[in-house]
Amino acid sequence: MNQQLSTDERARMAAHDGPLLSVRDLTKRYGQRIGCDDISFDVWPGEVLAIVGESGSGKTTLLNCISTRLPATSGTVTYQMRDGQPRNLFEMEEAERRHLLRTDWGFVHQNPADGLRMTVSAGANVGERLMAVGNRHYGQIRETATDWLSRVEIMAERIDDQPRAFSGGMRQRLQIARNLVTAPRLVFMDEPTGGLDVSVQARLLDLLRGLVADLGLAVIIVTHDLAVARLLSDRIMVMKDGHVIETGLTDRVLDDPQAPYTQLLVSSILQV
Amino acid sequence: MSTILDLMAEQPSSDLAHYNFAYLDEQTKRMIRRAILKAIAVPGYQVPFGSREMPMPYGWGTGGVQVTASILGAEDVLKVIDQGADDTTNAVSIRKFFEHVAGVKTTTSTEEATVIQTRHRIPERPLEPGQTIVFQVPIPEPLRFLEPRETETRAMHALEEYGLMHVKLYEDIARHGHIATTYAYPVKVAGRYVMDPSPTPKFDNPKMHRNAALQLYGAGREARIYAIPPYTEVVSLDFEDHPFEVNRFDRPCALCGAENVYLDEVVTDDAGGRMFVCSDTDNCESRRADGHVGEMGVPAAEAAE
Repeated sequence: MNQQLSTDERARMAAHDGPLLSVRDLTKRYGQRIGCDDISFDVWPGEVLAIVGESGSGKTTLLNCISTRLPATSGTVTYQMRDGQPRNLFEMEEAERRHLLRTDWGFVHQNPADGLRMTVSAGANVGERLMAVGNRHYGQIRETATDWLSRVEIMAERIDDQPRAFSGGMRQRLQIARNLVTAPRLVFMDEPTGGLDVSVQARLLDLLRGLVADLGLAVIIVTHDLAVARLLSDRIMVMKDGHVIETGLTDRVLDDPQAPYTQLLVSSILQV
Repeated sequence: MSTILDLMAEQPSSDLAHYNFAYLDEQTKRMIRRAILKAIAVPGYQVPFGSREMPMPYGWGTGGVQVTASILGAEDVLKVIDQGADDTTNAVSIRKFFEHVAGVKTTTSTEEATVIQTRHRIPERPLEPGQTIVFQVPIPEPLRFLEPRETETRAMHALEEYGLMHVKLYEDIARHGHIATTYAYPVKVAGRYVMDPSPTPKFDNPKMHRNAALQLYGAGREARIYAIPPYTEVVSLDFEDHPFEVNRFDRPCALCGAENVYLDEVVTDDAGGRMFVCSDTDNCESRRADGHVGEMGVPAAEAAE
């Protein structure tokens, strides 16, 4: 049940002509402390948005709020459903929201153990979403899982191994396959290259870039690594202390940063 | 080893007066009966209840004993089965327990019994309307080993998110080439809740489907009660290309010659000798009394001598 959207469907969706996700005045407070404050932005179909900033700047809080994993204090998040109807995520039933999370969305965690089931095989990890949406044919599930493993460069003979027998890079690729198997339209990524060494990071980024382009995914990626943002994203949003400091096209922001904090951030990249 | 049952047996019966009928006090029984009624009203749903300490360790059937104690009346006839047998330690102890604390009639005959408490098996003889079968359940949550968070499994039940159950079956096929789960095989009750039928062998799963008897499940340590009302749809989960199958035995019972029954393997010597006999001792005995003889059995009349 590889629900790849046909070109027709994509064209029809594009014809709806609105942003895929609209965030308006989103605020999250932890008591007196600010998680993120008064944030508004849009994500368009097929667009990759990077949220960058130092740790503690509210990136992950923001990501968790818009993916409904964390209740926001105020503000709205509107998502354009597959039928073209915009819906406020905070007013959805839990059942609907969870269904959205495992079909039309993906969530790639920094630590693959958070996003994978470490005690079941790689094949079952990839197949879980398919079974959750009602696929009851073992042969088909396995075929789709094999296909996805090869797309994320995991050898087919590892399909029955548990993720704990995998290296960090393989686990991260498996997590990505597990999320993409239901052909989501929007994927959230929280530091997907966080714990990986540089050469593995490079391969993963390369793979991600290819998948994003092939599948026309919209991605919201949280990272503190400006190189990751440069490679993957179309647009960039710079955060500090829960506020958005600067936003714009990635190349523009990184080559010609306007805000003093962004200038500091860009100038702190190590040149080797 | 002196158990409380021995101690109680040593006491003159008048000293038992401070025990309420069937051990539990009436308020506790009311509470458990309310849980049972709710469980019957929502087939397959795990109803929490205030599980009590019983005079036996957890794992020996405290859940089943509490359910039995709550539904037992003076007129009831009780049968207790452990692994299909009426004569194993657990079955004998629980039967003696209720003889003492409730004074009810006990039996080993499936036909005579009105309440049957069981650890694994559903009797081979089809149950009749009006009979109640009580299962002792160790782990009531079918999703437990895949999703350890109780908050999450409850949400999954509430939202009918049962994809994970198939992940378990998928793992079985990937590892063994077929669904290798042979007991506690997950079922869907009345098209809604996925339920763990205690450690019942999957051989007995088809018997749960549209059974004429009331099926009650009690988990003492986990404090959960669930139920299948009579004539309820019970479907064993499976894949389209790997359908549910019960285990088949390639031989009949060595004592009574019964076919299509669940058999136990009994090792007879240290030279590889073994025999396969009915797990349901009552079924085996009544068949032998009717004159059926297996390849290693002796006719009933001879055995009596």
